[in-house]
Amino acid sequence: MKEISELELKADAGYAKDHEWAKKEGDKVRIGISDYAQDQLGDVVFVELPEIGSKLKKGDEFGTVESTKAVSELYMPVGGEVSAFNEELADSPELVNSDPYGKGWMIEIVPDDMAELNALMSKDEYLHMLKGLKE
Amino acid sequence: MKEAIGTTGLVMNEPLLWEKSRKGRCGISFSRKDVPDASVDADLAGEGPDFPDLSEVDVVRHYTRLSQWNFGVDTGMYPLGSCTMKYNPKINEKMAALPGFAEAHPMLPPDLSQGTLRLMYELERYLSEITGMDATTVQPAAGAHGELTAMLLFHAFHRKKGEKRTKILIPDTAHGTNPASASLCGYASIPVASNEKGVLDPATVADIMDEDTVGIMVTNPNTLGLFEDNIRKVCDIVHAKGGLVYCDGANLNAVMGIVKMGEIGIDAVHLNLHKTFSTPHGGGGPGAGPVCVKKALEPFLPVPRVEKKGEKYEFVWNRAESIGKIHAFYGNFGILIRAYTYILSMGKELKTASQHAVLNANYIKEKLRDVYHLPYDRPCMHECVFTDKAQEQYRITTLDIAKRLMDYGFHPPTIYFPLVVHGAIMIEPTETEPKENIDAFIAAMRAIAKEAEENPDLLKNAPVKTKVRRLDEVTAARKPCLCG
Repeated sequence: MKEISELELKADAGYAKDHEWAKKEGDKVRIGISDYAQDQLGDVVFVELPEIGSKLKKGDEFGTVESTKAVSELYMPVGGEVSAFNEELADSPELVNSDPYGKGWMIEIVPDDMAELNALMSKDEYLHMLKGLKE
Repeated sequence: MKEAIGTTGLVMNEPLLWEKSRKGRCGISFSRKDVPDASVDADLAGEGPDFPDLSEVDVVRHYTRLSQWNFGVDTGMYPLGSCTMKYNPKINEKMAALPGFAEAHPMLPPDLSQGTLRLMYELERYLSEITGMDATTVQPAAGAHGELTAMLLFHAFHRKKGEKRTKILIPDTAHGTNPASASLCGYASIPVASNEKGVLDPATVADIMDEDTVGIMVTNPNTLGLFEDNIRKVCDIVHAKGGLVYCDGANLNAVMGIVKMGEIGIDAVHLNLHKTFSTPHGGGGPGAGPVCVKKALEPFLPVPRVEKKGEKYEFVWNRAESIGKIHAFYGNFGILIRAYTYILSMGKELKTASQHAVLNANYIKEKLRDVYHLPYDRPCMHECVFTDKAQEQYRITTLDIAKRLMDYGFHPPTIYFPLVVHGAIMIEPTETEPKENIDAFIAAMRAIAKEAEENPDLLKNAPVKTKVRRLDEVTAARKPCLCG
């Protein structure tokens, strides 16, 4: 388990309270889980993601992530239509652990409303929330 | 210092039976052929099954060695939370082996099966009495099957009233199989968060209970080992909206003869005979998951029902509202014999067994609370839940603690469950263990806490005394090998 000070958080992403991150990529939004989430889950062994074309609202379940400890649901930090998912995770779920913001990304969506990104926590706000959880 | 029960010793390796096979070797004598050879349709002929050629001693050594690699409750303490791994008295096996039972055939007519029918009839009544319910079916094969049976009963109940309800409430401290059983019945599970005390808050239930909701599936005591002390109010809220209350009775071992489920508002409860009633569990199964119900649900119980007419027992199939059959023949009858034997052996001491189970769990909780973090600090029922929070600073996790316990000669407790507790360690000692064994377990847990602080590698490399060292669970899950 990492200490709070060891967590890697990206400044260019927004964070949801369920530990998903969302990042603007042109007119699309890329989604994954935070370093804290992957660290808490432990070794990820399976990731289930939605089909391309799925229309999901903010807060809807978009998949599940399974580690040797538990299965957790994944929730949309921003609503929209799924335009791509990370096919590499099928054979290499460990990418979620080793590179949660890069090669371990999960889905890309065409957002219903790009402004929903603004409602997410910033890096500092998210860090503040994590400190609260650790106490 | 007393010698630890966990030690090393010579452990025999054992290959697969096919590797031991030597052509032509045989351990049995076939009967002399007393009918002429007959030709077989070519479509039906082919290669026979791939059986190994072995002598009797090959086979006996094989299974004896495998059994020595195993750890069961006959070997030592097995405090697997939520599983009630209590000792299975040998008299259960003796009774199940009585020729009248062991050689009974399910196709025999009732006239020649009076003893087996009587056992089912009486067991149903004993289970109804123990739970304070009105009627019982012993057909379901295990806990989750009992859950599904109860959901089918609820569905039949609502359908008779012309209602189509689609959702069911499931607390986050319920057993993990509950949502699966509800889904199989076509219901959508609505999660209910427990409160800061680890139990249901009636206000939370009142907020989401409506007339589209079938009812609620509570586990009581819940998976935190806590008694749902608002259960009466929760039941009233659910009933007021026309819903029904299902209780997952997997944790009945805390409350046998103490809580009358029928009187606190439960409409249906399943029991795990392979937990509470001392029948074999896990790989030693099969199990049995009887469902006890209130009067209003009785017409829907699976057929055949066993009824008594005068001095005679008979099967009754003619129940128009029954959900039908849910198991071949009459359920796992061999298990019913063992549970029946247990109930008769224990009599009113069933209540004492529950009291001891609760006392043992609380004793462990109090003796370990200064070295392991206790997420819900209140008296527990038959199991107590700790976490690895105090060991986090040494980078030691629940998994490491569990693995190290093996070196001390104990089966690890349930870990990472319930999910509402991060890094949960769930300990259920049952009434089986005498105080000296529980003290030895406590001493081992305390020694491990000290090792975590002083020499964490001991835990990270554990187990070291077992035949097989720590398994690579990650690779096993990522790249499962599903063939032999």
